[in-house]
Amino acid sequence: MEKLSFSFRKRRAPILLHAVLILISVIMVFPFVWMVLTSLKTVTESTRMAPFSFLPESFQWVNYATVWKQNDFFQMYLNTFGMVALRVLCAVVFSAMAAYAFARLTFPGKRFLFGLVLFQMMVPTQVFVIPQYLMVDAMGMRNTLFALVFPGLVSAFGTFLLRQFFMGLPKELEESARLDGCNIGQTFVWVMLPLTHSGLAALAIFTALFAFKDLMWPLVVNTDIGAATLSSALSKIGSSYSVDYPNLMAASVLAVVPMLLLYSVFQRQFIEGIATSGGKL
Amino acid sequence: MSQFPAAERKARPTQRQWNEWRWAWGLIAPTMIGLIVLNIIPIFQTVYMSFFKSGAFGKGNLYVGLENYRTLLADTQVWSATRNTLVYTLCVVGIGTVLALLLAVALNGRLRGKGVYRTLYFIPMVATPAAVTLIWKWLYNYRFGLFNHLLSVFGIAPVNWIDDPNVAMISIVIVGIWSTLGYSMVLLIAGLQEIPRDYYEAAQIDGASAQKQFFHITVPLVSPTLFFVLVTSVITAMQVFDIVYMMLGVTSPSYDATVSLVYLFYNNSFKYSNKGYGSAVIMVLLVIILLITALQNRMQKKWVHYQ
Repeated sequence: MEKLSFSFRKRRAPILLHAVLILISVIMVFPFVWMVLTSLKTVTESTRMAPFSFLPESFQWVNYATVWKQNDFFQMYLNTFGMVALRVLCAVVFSAMAAYAFARLTFPGKRFLFGLVLFQMMVPTQVFVIPQYLMVDAMGMRNTLFALVFPGLVSAFGTFLLRQFFMGLPKELEESARLDGCNIGQTFVWVMLPLTHSGLAALAIFTALFAFKDLMWPLVVNTDIGAATLSSALSKIGSSYSVDYPNLMAASVLAVVPMLLLYSVFQRQFIEGIATSGGKL
Repeated sequence: MSQFPAAERKARPTQRQWNEWRWAWGLIAPTMIGLIVLNIIPIFQTVYMSFFKSGAFGKGNLYVGLENYRTLLADTQVWSATRNTLVYTLCVVGIGTVLALLLAVALNGRLRGKGVYRTLYFIPMVATPAAVTLIWKWLYNYRFGLFNHLLSVFGIAPVNWIDDPNVAMISIVIVGIWSTLGYSMVLLIAGLQEIPRDYYEAAQIDGASAQKQFFHITVPLVSPTLFFVLVTSVITAMQVFDIVYMMLGVTSPSYDATVSLVYLFYNNSFKYSNKGYGSAVIMVLLVIILLITALQNRMQKKWVHYQ
């Protein structure tokens, strides 16, 4: 009897489990589906309760053209991509340099300086926002691409993360490179750096994702709509399209599509990158 | 090197050491200069500014000593923002982490299609919170939203998801959990994969039930990852801004019931241009986060098992 019920449960459990997991999948994905469906309706259709329309009666692709024309989406894409690309470049290059020194070289002040890196990671970013804003303002650089990149010029998190990767590499590699006549810089660039490519990729993905999602900094520093990112522009569009839900949803689609496309192509790298950047801390 | 007496080697660095130091300082220079200018000095500036009252047009700041902090203690909005932030954090991290752990365990075994589930659950993480909140705001819409339509199908009266102060926090917490579930889950799956299979096999031979295995093998062995997830989720949740900012404005009847410390900081610093008071508000958040981190590190010894 005992055995029977056990095998019965064993067969039933996966079906029940799949039912729950599929339900959760629907919850995770449905809001995006509803966004796309609404973006293809007319205003009347989207606000009609009886009969309620689930699927659009006819696809209103014109909403996308309207939204694209009313807001300079081309410029917003440029601003966002420019910011993301430059932040990734700075974070990866500077962090890799510093991380190598902290992991593999001995020098006076190492402990204290690395302490500063750790300390920065404990402080919430909003503590830096006002002084950083005043610096950008004093330089006369508000509403520029430089302003968007500014707080991301260096990365304490990246330095910490890559240091872990460098520390995991065998010491012998470096020693043999030195014996072959490489100086420290050559050893770093030609021997050690290629071996940390998975760490560099993880940091690049992590930086890109969080730069893309950032809202407060672009909102504060680039108040001109022409210098806004997708995130900060959406907050303004949100209030201008008060009841025009289809256009609002079309704008949202345009804002989430770049990252979703990247994710659909590189999903394994995304998930592994996030997992390793967490696992290494 | 060995031909030098030990005392002299200590006093004056060798050529080789000098060379290493120069390389090291050169390599860390960009990061350290950036860190000091962008982060370390600003911490002191923010503390300093919290003792000033910002004059009109940002000029002529007036030293007021502790007055900003006295105002803060009497400001009911600061108290509600602190309470809201803590409630949000407790709900999102508490419910979110438990759900994430259960999902991670479910997706860690030999399950068909687990890769597909993992990919789907991670999607909200790659979407901009600004857009995500607009979508949810539309779902929550009182008159035309899908949720109230579904309720009406079952004959239930519509809920004012956003503008009812008693409901608004729940609506925001739902978006918070939905957005971060995939992130915690992915980290926890990575942690679970480190647990050796034979532990479970041995437990099965001993006849341990699934629940017993979960509490006696899975939880203790995944506890370092779980601890990391908790720490980072708490810090992220304490800084909640995007969802609340995009969900409702200062005129909403739910503002006082949902405003977070960071949202209050943003409004004071940039909307009302009182950067002195804004700095004082953010100091509250800094102190709370440091306290929670210290507390977590202390409690960690009680339940986190490092192998």
